[in-house]
Amino acid sequence: MTQPQIEIQLIAAVVAVACAIPGVFLVLRKMALISDAISHSILPGIVLGFFITHDLNSPLLIALAALTGVITVVLVEWIQKTGLVKEDTAIGLVFPALFSIGVILIAKNANDVHLDVDAVLLGELAFAPFDRLSYFGMDMGPKSLWIMGIILLVSLILLFTFYKELKVSTFDAGLSAAMGISPLLMHYGLMSISSVTVVGAFDAVGAILVVALMIAPAAAAYLITSDLKKMLLLSVGIGIFSAISGYWVANLLDASISGSMTTMLAFVFLIVYLFAPRKGLIAVLYRQKQQRTEVSLITFLLHLNNHSDVNERHINHLQEHINWQRVRSQTVLDLAERNNMIQIESDVVSLTEKGKEFTDLALEYIITNKDEKIEHMKDDFFLFRG
Amino acid sequence: MKLPAIQVDDLTVAYDYKPVLWDIDLTVPEGVLMAIVGPNGAGKSTLIKAILGIIKPLAGTISIFGGSYSEKRKMVAYVPQKGSVDWDFPTTALDVVMMGTYGSLGWIKRPGSKEKKAALEALEKVGMLSFRNRQISQLSGGQQQRVFLARALVQNASVYFMDEPFQGVDATTEIAIINILKELRKAGKTVVVVHHDLQTVPEYFDWVTFLNVKKIATGPVKEIFNDDNLTKTYGINYKVAVKE
Repeated sequence: MTQPQIEIQLIAAVVAVACAIPGVFLVLRKMALISDAISHSILPGIVLGFFITHDLNSPLLIALAALTGVITVVLVEWIQKTGLVKEDTAIGLVFPALFSIGVILIAKNANDVHLDVDAVLLGELAFAPFDRLSYFGMDMGPKSLWIMGIILLVSLILLFTFYKELKVSTFDAGLSAAMGISPLLMHYGLMSISSVTVVGAFDAVGAILVVALMIAPAAAAYLITSDLKKMLLLSVGIGIFSAISGYWVANLLDASISGSMTTMLAFVFLIVYLFAPRKGLIAVLYRQKQQRTEVSLITFLLHLNNHSDVNERHINHLQEHINWQRVRSQTVLDLAERNNMIQIESDVVSLTEKGKEFTDLALEYIITNKDEKIEHMKDDFFLFRG
Repeated sequence: MKLPAIQVDDLTVAYDYKPVLWDIDLTVPEGVLMAIVGPNGAGKSTLIKAILGIIKPLAGTISIFGGSYSEKRKMVAYVPQKGSVDWDFPTTALDVVMMGTYGSLGWIKRPGSKEKKAALEALEKVGMLSFRNRQISQLSGGQQQRVFLARALVQNASVYFMDEPFQGVDATTEIAIINILKELRKAGKTVVVVHHDLQTVPEYFDWVTFLNVKKIATGPVKEIFNDDNLTKTYGINYKVAVKE
């Protein structure tokens, strides 16, 4: 690997991590769309900042653009508060308006400004290593690595310092407010850090793809884990993996780096969506199938429980009466037998002690919906897991 | 004279320009178990939220044991409506209960083993200890409500506010909750509960406030829980009066 290659991957990874952290909280607060809004509406802030500083990496430009991001949130909330339109409509009204101001500003001044709409939308990671920071003539590495590194550091410090506050205000704003941990303060804090991150990252990956970097890792991690800390770690991991693998895909295909990174993110999300252990599509489908079988099982056991004469419990009779197809009857019989719930003697089925006990408990649960007594059954049967 | 646990004077709360609570005066003595009853939209939850400083009132003053809410914050515990939070949030029962300690910890400080111990004790009290590591979406409605109650217990407060703790819970949980509330009262705590089931008011509570935008009446259940006040509050003839 050449040095620029390493630097590009490093920048990509740092950007991914910096985006993933606020992304987790945006997803949990159901504010994913806000990141989209911010990423577009910071444009006029960037353009104005560029007019003033003539430096895309100036801290003033970042501050100004981040401020536009926060203004976006305030405007959206303000429109929403009037009660005349819903939140998604308010978002849809605000960010195109601000974005278009940015587009016009660029177009009007395109001649003397090194800034074009393509770069804004898509970014250009490949050029990042060429814009370097030097300190008394010493090469300190790519500028964007420094900028994103600092943003990431600030983000991490804030996360570690206010983890508990972020968590409680995200989960239960009412309790948080009652405890004196202002949810409003946390909200605007998160919005500010998100805005700063978007501004910092936009140079590398562009306004559209930064949204994917914020939302996709968090959304995938949410499907895998049910622990906030693990969700944060997983998001970071998924972000880094997608960034670096995306770089190599781009290398291989000779395509846009940011485009490949986002494609990798989508790919990772798809895999997780399909195969996540509990919430994944396959797990859900499997669970539904199992539940159907279990309902059949209980129906079958109840039938046995209700009928004591031999005729009603003969295997052939069961098939006719319950009116199931052969395969289904077989599955149910197998399941019942495997769990020692029934015994079959000369084609007559009867409940065992265990089967009887199970039927009674299941019946009681179905009638009363109380689940204290069936706790031990939850591990073996999907049906009782609610 | 002993300070009342809660003192509300001339409280008016409005959403936009529509008053939700109108000129409420309310005194809750220390050590009572009080129900707030009233029809939907009567402002019951709003009253609690205004007392807790979650909603800013248009007018009026609120004091807890003679001080402002922000001064006495640590003496107060709050159980919001169960439906107000996202139960798919990635966290466990124990972790939710630990959140009850965040108020006394204050900003930045992290909960430690002392807080964890308190949380485990609270879970034990509500009979949920064995569920401590269960993800909260995997709990039944009644169990979720018990976790919320445990979170309030861990706040170790003097005044407890609970917003419909009996909503959507099974009979076992309802009994478990009311027993804990009665225990709290026995320990001298003040408990204020937004309550829907009028039938159980005389059995569960010793104090009651009738609310319908304005305060209709407040006082001991034995004295004021009658058809007259129920009719005034609900606007229709009510006949559930206390059995003598």
